[in-house]
Amino acid sequence: MTAAAQPETHLQKPPTRFGEFWNYYSESRGAVAGLIVFVLLVLMAICAPLLAPHLPDQQYRDAFLTPPIWAADGKSDFILGTDAVGRDILSRLIYGARFSLLMGAMVVVFAMAGGVVLGLLAGYFGGWVDSLIMRIMDIILAFPSLLLALVLVAILGPGLVNAMLAIALVYQPHFARLTRSAVLTEKNRDYVTAAKVIGAGHLRLMLATILPNCFGPLIVQATMSFSNAILDAAALGFLGLGAQPPTPEWGTMLASAREFILRAPWVVTIPGLAILVTVLAINLMGDGLRDALDPRLRKS
Amino acid sequence: MTQVLNAENLTRYYKVSRGAFAEAATLKAVDGVSFTLERGKTLAVVGESGCGKSTLARLVTMIEQPTSGALSIVGENVVGASSETMRSLRPKVQMVFQNPYGSLNPRQTIGSILEEPLLVNTKLAKSERTERARAMMANVGLRPEHYDRYPHMFSGGQRQRIAIARALMLDPDILVLDEPVSALDISIQAQVLNLLAEIQEKHNLAFLFISHDLSVVQHIANDVMVMYLGRVVEHAPRDVLFRTPQHPYTKALLSATPTPDPARRKERIVLKGELPSPLKPPTGCTFHPRCPIAFDKCPRENPELKLRGATKAACHALDV
Repeated sequence: MTAAAQPETHLQKPPTRFGEFWNYYSESRGAVAGLIVFVLLVLMAICAPLLAPHLPDQQYRDAFLTPPIWAADGKSDFILGTDAVGRDILSRLIYGARFSLLMGAMVVVFAMAGGVVLGLLAGYFGGWVDSLIMRIMDIILAFPSLLLALVLVAILGPGLVNAMLAIALVYQPHFARLTRSAVLTEKNRDYVTAAKVIGAGHLRLMLATILPNCFGPLIVQATMSFSNAILDAAALGFLGLGAQPPTPEWGTMLASAREFILRAPWVVTIPGLAILVTVLAINLMGDGLRDALDPRLRKS
Repeated sequence: MTQVLNAENLTRYYKVSRGAFAEAATLKAVDGVSFTLERGKTLAVVGESGCGKSTLARLVTMIEQPTSGALSIVGENVVGASSETMRSLRPKVQMVFQNPYGSLNPRQTIGSILEEPLLVNTKLAKSERTERARAMMANVGLRPEHYDRYPHMFSGGQRQRIAIARALMLDPDILVLDEPVSALDISIQAQVLNLLAEIQEKHNLAFLFISHDLSVVQHIANDVMVMYLGRVVEHAPRDVLFRTPQHPYTKALLSATPTPDPARRKERIVLKGELPSPLKPPTGCTFHPRCPIAFDKCPRENPELKLRGATKAACHALDV
């Protein structure tokens, strides 16, 4: 039995995993559009000092509540107008993207790290470990998520970092459940048994053998949580428990502009639109990812 | 020493919970099985699904501990052994699984699949591991460029070669083959069986070959063990078993194997009913409800496995 026994069947290189994934992902236009918007947003956040026409905290005393440029009395200096204390809204939005995206990213990282570890332990060991971890997760899930985040922030004290931790804690059970169920299906597969026969220990089985095969649904959940985290962060900011003024966080911007909603609607609308576009883009991306990563949803 | 594995009265029971209020039932997956494996020889285990073949494989590969009985591998006792002894014994017994699509980790390249056994069990340097993996790939008929590829890029037969290569990486004494060819096309089956035979000769391996395909068994086995509901009903050298089957269950199994020669075609013995639930095995001889020659003694007493000539068989009808 030598190599000569099998003729060369494919001259063309088989598609890589990523190539295959991209084929499915790019099928959905919405997903691609979401990805483009998201990448632009990230670039905008990274290059904020280069892009923003003004400093986010600089007040122009001669230009309170200037309307956007397309309105009759808009000024070309302030493309999206200024807020009640004369700060340029466009610059604040650009800088605010940093906070919102960072917030989303950190929440996902914390929630996923905690949730994956707990879910992995619960699914792998089963028995009382499983019951203990999952009941605690059930208790967290039983609270309305924003309410729990509010309580946590009230205990920890308001602020961007505390809001982040609170939201991460609230999101953690979703990751734990998802990881657990994926681990439960994977751990009885033959390749795991094969690794046991080889003599792999618990750590190796959990982290090197099982975990990489559970990432599909986790990636999808991560994107969805990302957008939810931005929303929740904005909500906490709006309630005055998230980022504190003068941080140009989008939710906080909304809150401080609330009283001018009739006189200067753009001050409220524009940060709101920024949140909407970001969340929509990420959700579209998440949908695309889910369709591309889940073979059951693939069109054959 | 040619004997590498000795199993005596091996049993494996599972507790099956039947809801909160019912008492847990005992499932006798393997019930008092004894056999030995020798270097260069193949012992085939045949039987229907659910007869305990795969549990036997899990016991021999030390994934599970037997409930009772003795199991020794290359002279070392396995039952109740320390974790250190277990770790030193694990490399001696390796396994090839039935489904080549499920037994390879989809996220690992072929190279890392083959190197993992060395990574876990030896302190070889990376370059040496790579070298051995590449040498093994050549051994089982894989090309060098396959090293960086993922399992999903291979056909079933190639995957089974990869699985065989992985099993050989640790230079084992015993290879447990759990229906290694039943998921493959006939033409590929022959290739893989030839590869296995070649490997057995080269490394002087003992095979525990689990199968339900009697024609494959006839091709590869030295001895055959027929199992029914966790018990051995007949254990004989291959030629003896195929020429003169003793137990009525073996006869029925053999009559169900298609023969290409119409002149030799025998009358088919069709068994009545289905395999009984292993949770509630019939009394006495567990085969009696389906046995064409059962008589009054069968439901009462469980027949022992007795040596008659070259064959060991468990049947009351053979005593009269």
